[in-house]
Amino acid sequence: MNAPNLLSDVTRRGFLAGAGALVVSFAIPAAAQESAPAAPAATEKPKLPGSLDDTPSLDAWIRIDADGSITVFTGKAELGQGTKTSLRQIAAEELEVEPASIKLITADTALTPNEGYTAGSQTIQNSGTAIRYASAQVRQILIAKASEKLGAPIEALKAQAGVIIGPNGAKASYGDLVGADFLHVNAAADTKLKPPAAYHAIGKPFARVDIPAKVTGGHAYVQDMRPPGMVHARVVRPPSYGAKLSGFADAAVKAMPGVIAVVRDGDFLAVVAEQEFQAVRAMRAMAGVAKWQEQAALPDQYDLPAFLEKSVAEVGTVTSVGADSVPGARTIEARFTRAYQMHGSIGPSSAIAMLDNGLTTVWTHTQGVYPDRKAIAQMLGVPEERVRCIHTEGSGCYGHNGADDAAADAALIAQTVPGKPVRVQWMRDQEHLWEPYGPAMLTRARATLDQSGNIVSWHYDLWSNSHGTRPGSAGSLIAGRLMARHFPPDPAKLQISPLGNGDRNAIPLYDVPNQRVNWHFVADMPLRVSSLRSLGAYCNVFSIESFMDELAQAANADPVEYRLRHLKDPRAKKVIEVAAQKFGWSKEALPEGRGRGFAFAKYKNHAAYLAVALEANVDSDSGAIKVSRVVAAVDCGEAVAPDSIINQTEGGILQSMSWTLYEEVHFDRTRILSPDWSTYPILRFSAVPDTIDVQVVDNPGAPYLGVAEAAQGPTAGAIANAFRSATGKRIHDLPFTRERVKAVLGV
Amino acid sequence: MVKLNVNGASHDIDIDPATPLLYVLRNELKLNGAKFGCGLGQCGACTVMVDGKAVFSCLTPAMLVEGREIKTVEGLGTIDDPGPMQKAFIEQQAAQCGYCIAGMMMRAQALLEAKPDAADADIRQALEPNLCRCGTHMRILRAVARARDLMQGKSADTMAPIAATGRG
Repeated sequence: MNAPNLLSDVTRRGFLAGAGALVVSFAIPAAAQESAPAAPAATEKPKLPGSLDDTPSLDAWIRIDADGSITVFTGKAELGQGTKTSLRQIAAEELEVEPASIKLITADTALTPNEGYTAGSQTIQNSGTAIRYASAQVRQILIAKASEKLGAPIEALKAQAGVIIGPNGAKASYGDLVGADFLHVNAAADTKLKPPAAYHAIGKPFARVDIPAKVTGGHAYVQDMRPPGMVHARVVRPPSYGAKLSGFADAAVKAMPGVIAVVRDGDFLAVVAEQEFQAVRAMRAMAGVAKWQEQAALPDQYDLPAFLEKSVAEVGTVTSVGADSVPGARTIEARFTRAYQMHGSIGPSSAIAMLDNGLTTVWTHTQGVYPDRKAIAQMLGVPEERVRCIHTEGSGCYGHNGADDAAADAALIAQTVPGKPVRVQWMRDQEHLWEPYGPAMLTRARATLDQSGNIVSWHYDLWSNSHGTRPGSAGSLIAGRLMARHFPPDPAKLQISPLGNGDRNAIPLYDVPNQRVNWHFVADMPLRVSSLRSLGAYCNVFSIESFMDELAQAANADPVEYRLRHLKDPRAKKVIEVAAQKFGWSKEALPEGRGRGFAFAKYKNHAAYLAVALEANVDSDSGAIKVSRVVAAVDCGEAVAPDSIINQTEGGILQSMSWTLYEEVHFDRTRILSPDWSTYPILRFSAVPDTIDVQVVDNPGAPYLGVAEAAQGPTAGAIANAFRSATGKRIHDLPFTRERVKAVLGV
Repeated sequence: MVKLNVNGASHDIDIDPATPLLYVLRNELKLNGAKFGCGLGQCGACTVMVDGKAVFSCLTPAMLVEGREIKTVEGLGTIDDPGPMQKAFIEQQAAQCGYCIAGMMMRAQALLEAKPDAADADIRQALEPNLCRCGTHMRILRAVARARDLMQGKSADTMAPIAATGRG
C-alpha cells in the first residue's frame, strides 16, 4: 500500500519518466489501435488474444527497465480471487523468470490498460490471456535483440532467469537489451506460447502474495490507508429510496467536537471531522435533525411474481431453435422464483479522495476504475483527465456493491476540503440498505418428452430487471442521484448477448432439438439492482437443474444418467462423471430425511464447466436444511493456479449455499427492512458442511475459461434436488428458509 | 485520556474515553488488524482479545478496557516472524479477500489459549459469531486446526502445506 501519490501530471509517460526509467514506456490504446496490423481490405482486423484486442501495444502491458526489473500492468483488480498471484505466474512463465520477481500494477486510470470491469470471471480469460501472449512476444523480442548483440542465431538462444543465453557462454541480461520504446509495438495474433511440458510457473503451487500482510495486520486495504492530513467523513442517507430532504437544521452539528464541514448538496448529506468517531457521532446527530418526505413506491415483497409479470416492458428472444410446438408423450411445467439478494460485503464500502491542484484522486475498491472515473467526472462536472481512480483492495465485493458509490461520496466531499485526503466509510446499515441488490426473478419452464423420456421440446421464460446498472454515467451513482444537479439513472435496456445478463445461462446446454427461451424484461426498478456474482445464471441454473431433475423423475431415469444422455460436449460429460464418481453417486436408499442432489452448468455456456453432487439432511420439525457433504468437479481449461481455483470454487459453493438457504431482502411499501445481519442472516459456521471436495479437471494448453462464479447456479440446483430426494417434495422458491420448507412439507 | 495496554506496550491516548476500542486501535495506534464490519457485534471482523477473551472491539468503549491486556493480530507475530496462528493461515492459504480473517484468528487464538487441545467441533462452535462472505470457512477451520497442532508442537506434516514456496 502506497501513501497517496501526489501526482499532478497523471499521464503514464509522466509517471514512468518521473520514476527514473531509462525506457520511456507508454501506450495510447486508441492511437495504437489505429496502427494495428493492417487488415486486408473489406475484412475485419485479426482478433488479438484476450484484452490485447482492445489494447494491442506491448508496452501497455509490460515494461523492462535497464536494471532488468520487470513490471506488468493489468487493468483488472485483485478482489480476493488471487489474481495478483496468478497473473504474475502467467507473465513469469513466458518471460522465463520467477513470479516473485515481477512487479504487478493493477487497475489505475493513470497507469494501466482499460479492461473495463473486473467481473464475470474474466480476469484470467481476458487479462491473463493478454499478458500471456504479450510476455511470450516480449521474450521473442529480447531473443532477437540478443541475437544482434551477441552475433548468434536466434535458434541458438534461449531465455532463462532473466538472461538470454547463447552458445559458448555468451549471454545478455534482459536489462542489457532494453532500448527506447523497444516494446512500443503491437501484439501479433500468432505468437507461439510455451508448451505445457516446459512450464515452471503455470499450474504450480505458489503461495498468494497478498495473504501474509492480511494475516499479520499489514497494509492491505483501502481502509488501512492513512495519508498525512487525512480527515474522516460519513454520509447520511435518506431513510428510503426517493425520499426528499424537507428540513435540516445543522447548526448544532457544526458545533460538535472535531467537525470540519457539513456537506449538503440537494439530498446528499455528509459530515467531515478530524477523528473517525467524531464523524460517526456527527453523522448520528445529523440523521436526527434531517427531516425527510418519503414515498411508498416499493412492490409487495410477498407477491413479487405478480409485480414482475405486470411490469414487463418488452420481451426479448434469447433463443429460438426448431419448432415451437412438437407432439410428445407428456408435457411437464414448473415455475421458480428468486428473492432480491445482497452482495453483503463484510467490510462496508470505503474510499479515500483528495482534490489537489484541480485533480481529484480516488483510491477505491471499485471493479472498474475507468468507468468509475467517467461517472465521477460527469458528477463533478470536470473532464475525465481531472479524475484519477486507483484500485486499492477492499472487502470482497461479489459484483457491483457500494464500492463505486463510496468512491463518488469521497470525491464529492473532497471538493469541499481541498488538499485534504477524505476517508469515507459506510456504516453497516448504509451498505445493507443502499447497495444494488441482485434482482428478484421469476422463471417458467415447460418441456415435452418423447416415449423414451427424452426431451423433444423446451420452453423457458424468465422475468427480470437488468442485472447491470454499473457506472459509466453519474446517474448510476447514489451521490449523483441525490445531489442538487440530480443525474437520473440511465434508462434500463434489454440487451441479449453471448455474455448474458438476466438471461445468463437461460439456454440449457442440454441437447434439445426445439427450444424457445424468452426474457420478459422488467424495466421498472423500484429496488436498486445490479450485478451480483453470476447475474441471472444463479436463478436460471437453479431453475433448469431443478427442472431437469423433475424430467428425469418423469422419465424414470437416474438424474446423472439423464443429464449425460442429453449432453454431447465431452468436457461437460467429464465433469459430471468425475463429480458423480468422487461423490459415490448411487441409487441406494438413504435414511429418512436425507437426500442427494446433483447439478451441472457450463458457466455462461462458454466459460468453466462445473458439476456438483451433495448430500443434505432435512429436519421437517424445524424446517432446517443441513448440507453435509459436497463434491464438485470443475474444468476451466488450463489451470493456472489450481489452489486458487479450489478456493474460489469452495467459496462459490458456500456463498451460493448461503443465498439459497437464507437470503432475502425484506421491505415494506416504503423502506428496506434489512439493515443488518440479524434481519439479513447469512451462513455461519454451524451450517458449513463437514467436507467440500473440489476436483480440478486440468487441460494443459487449453484456453482459460472463467471460473470464479461457476459454482453459484449448480449449488442451488443441487440443494433443491437433494431436498426433493430427501422429502419427495419440490421446492421452487429461493431462498429455502425454514418457514418455506415447512410450508412445502405441510408441517 | 485513556491508558491502554496493547500487545504488551502501554499507551496514553488523548481521546474521548467513550470511543470504541476499534477506532482507537485503528486510528490512534495505526493497527490494521481489527476491522470495522458492522459496529453491532454481529460479524466479528473487529474481534480482538482482552485478558485472553475474544471481544467485539467495535462495541467496547476504550475506557472499559483500561489496565487490561489487549491483544490484536499484530500481537501474534510479524510478517517476517509469523506466530503459529499466522503460519497456519498462510500455509493453508486460508483467505480470499481476507477482510474477516484477523477477527477469525483472534477468536481462534482465544479458544486455543483457553483450550489448547480443542476438538475440531470446538473450533467450529467457537467461530460461530464470525462471518465470512467469501466462503473460506473450510480453510479457516483447517487453518485453526493446524494452528492448534503447531502450538502443541506437532510440527510434523500432519497436514500438507498447500503452497510450497514462500511469499511472493
